[in-house]
Amino acid sequence: MTTNHNDMFADAARDVLADQCTPHVVRAIEAGGRTAGATAALWAQLEATGLADALLSEADGGAGLGLGQVFGVLEQCGAHALPLPLGETMVARALLAQAGVARPAGCIALARGERLADGGLRCALVRSGQVAAAVLVQAGTAWRLLGTGDAQATPQALALDAALAWTAAQVQAAPAVAVDGALDVRTLQAAVVAPPMAGALSSVFQRSLQYANERQQFGRPIGKFQAIQHQLAVMSEHVFAARMAAQLGCSGAGVVPERLRVATAKARCSEAALVVAELAHAIHGAIGFTEEYDLQLFTRRLHAWRQTAGSEAYWYGVAGEALLQHPGMTLDTVRRITDVDAVL
Amino acid sequence: MSTLDSLTLTLTRIPAQDEALRAEVRAFLAEATRDMPAHIRARSWSGYSTAFSRQLAAKGWIGITLPQEYGGGGGRSAFARYVLVEEFLNFGAPVGSHWIADRQSAPLILKFGTEAQKQFYIPRVCRGEAFFCIGMSEPNAGSDLASVKTRAVANDQGFVLNGQKIWTTNAHHCQYMIALVRTSGTTEDRHKGLSQVIVDLSLPGVTVRPIEDLSGDSHFCEVFFDNVQLGADALIGAEGQGWAQVTAELAFERSGPERLYSSIVLFDQWLDYVRTPQGRTESARQLAGKVLTQLAPLRAMSVSVQENLTQGASPIVEAALVKELGTTLEQMIPAAIAEDLFARDAEDVPVELLLTLKYVTEASPSFSLRGGTRDILRGMIARGLGLR
Ligand SMILES: Cc1cc2nc3c(=O)[nH]c(=O)nc-3n(C[C@H](O)[C@H](O)[C@H](O)COP(=O)(O)OP(=O)(O)OC[C@H]3O[C@@H](n4cnc5c(N)ncnc54)[C@H](O)[C@@H]3O)c2cc1C
Repeated sequence: MTTNHNDMFADAARDVLADQCTPHVVRAIEAGGRTAGATAALWAQLEATGLADALLSEADGGAGLGLGQVFGVLEQCGAHALPLPLGETMVARALLAQAGVARPAGCIALARGERLADGGLRCALVRSGQVAAAVLVQAGTAWRLLGTGDAQATPQALALDAALAWTAAQVQAAPAVAVDGALDVRTLQAAVVAPPMAGALSSVFQRSLQYANERQQFGRPIGKFQAIQHQLAVMSEHVFAARMAAQLGCSGAGVVPERLRVATAKARCSEAALVVAELAHAIHGAIGFTEEYDLQLFTRRLHAWRQTAGSEAYWYGVAGEALLQHPGMTLDTVRRITDVDAVL
Repeated sequence: MSTLDSLTLTLTRIPAQDEALRAEVRAFLAEATRDMPAHIRARSWSGYSTAFSRQLAAKGWIGITLPQEYGGGGGRSAFARYVLVEEFLNFGAPVGSHWIADRQSAPLILKFGTEAQKQFYIPRVCRGEAFFCIGMSEPNAGSDLASVKTRAVANDQGFVLNGQKIWTTNAHHCQYMIALVRTSGTTEDRHKGLSQVIVDLSLPGVTVRPIEDLSGDSHFCEVFFDNVQLGADALIGAEGQGWAQVTAELAFERSGPERLYSSIVLFDQWLDYVRTPQGRTESARQLAGKVLTQLAPLRAMSVSVQENLTQGASPIVEAALVKELGTTLEQMIPAAIAEDLFARDAEDVPVELLLTLKYVTEASPSFSLRGGTRDILRGMIARGLGLR
């Protein structure tokens, strides 16, 4: 069973993130990218916990955990708006170890790329491309590990992201990574993005609840007004459902997620992100709209994660296709998603 | 502080010995519902068939969680019942006759009843012979249940009952009602002085009048009590404990599969159409996925609430969350399917699908009324969050 309590990995993550991934640090990393002192310092702290290697087998120096067992860790990343791709690094390192490829220092982003006619490689959008040290790129069926330091980088719409390109010579020099042909990078990334979304959703909800109890208008806390109570009730429903969905997507004893469960997780968390962010801002009034108030670190990130590794529309399509391919009752497909064997 | 952390969100799997029931139930239901059109199956727990209930009883599928000594299934786990109910609803089996007796009344009698009450009522429920209805609502006591006025006044033979109940599902088909009534005090006393009594609906002074609903069905009723003489053994549980008993009862009512699947027969039938070459469109595929990705986490939540109930916890807030989200999805399905179908050319869409859509569309307002309205549930969640 995966629970919040009795999860020493999640506790370890919570401790280090509460200490080291403060709102101040998050802002510094978002502003400074890879070269900011805060980026290197925070990653060094995370590296010291060993969590980034948790999915590696014990023979490879890891903890031999499966995705289902690191859900709590990934959730904590979201609860602290961690601006570094820890989940992506965890699965990337496990795939590298399995393929016998040496693991680079620093954090690793995941991305889709395309080979160019001249032999170069280009990723139009690398999430966390501004802070990662390397990218594990899937181009067609070929996977390659490429460094970000000498890539040609162009800024993208969001602060942490970048478009990256490598020359033919750089691609030649980069190690190819043998990965199961059925795996696609979007599924892998969505599986590890949904749990931080669940964590951030929960954090946004807790902040809104606390604010509703503190903020006074008309002589009483706004949480005493039925309209606000109902908004918080609706938020809690989405937070609860999204967390359940994220657990489904991130279940299993191995590193490779199950695609239909990931579709459920990512679609449901993205849907919740929209509702919860909107309600949180409504409840907070003008103060929540300011840069200096920390709520925005979570709601902006929720929007960014919603756009990462496939929005609802993409995953609805995947889930809908699975449903249409299975003749008979929807219940069968629902059971295929929800009947997860307990881990831990 | 963190209130949501106290909500239990653990993924739970239905135990294998309970899952094992599924194949047999399915085989039975596939046969039993084969000739029923979808727009009839869509009624499911509003559907009414004593013959069907008797068949289920013969299989041991009514009262499966109740002790053998009272004719039950030997106290099998709540998950065994979960599997049964889930299959009943997904096939759209007409389970309305025994539904309330199996879900609420017999467990209530087992928990609070006297030995004589248990021996009299529970075996009859399990044989599919005694059906119950719930007499909580009154014309002026809907959401505000504590203001019930129907009164049972003690006399030398037991109690004399006077008053009126309303919206009582299937009262015209049932032998018994468990009614929430005032046995002492006044409506100002709110929760105090309320008790539950079992009313034999064949007694003199009881009048049952079906009310037609907007879809033309008559499944709920007005029930009038005019000097109805009840025996002393009509009282269930302790005098004055009615409020506590009712609250416990409602937690069971709210989190079950019936809050997820009211539109599932329609959805499955629509999917069958979308699977055909002329039915398949990209927007339909998207909608199918949207429903699936909402339904699956909800089912996981509902199973997890069931696990909590099994462990003896009282997950009132979690149950309210599941019901609120579940009924919202149940109501979204017919609305979205209508949007899909009526963007197409009319000649492409099967009439049986439209008949089912008509019924579910018309029934859907009730999904978020019965068992407590949306606003009442949100209020309960807010209380659970410490806001009240
Ligand atoms: C199909 C169906 C079957 C039913 N079966 C049964 C049955 O078998 N037995 C039985 O006893 N009852 C039954 N009911 C009755 C049901 O429980 C009530 O309809 C329900 O509790 C609401 O009460 P009401 O209809 O009087 O609405 P009201 O209580 O008058 O509510 C009207 C509106 O006001 C809102 N409202 C009321 N109070 C508040 C508040 N404090 N805060 C915010 N909003 C509020 C409600 O949410 C609702 O939107 C059934 C109802 C339906 C539709």
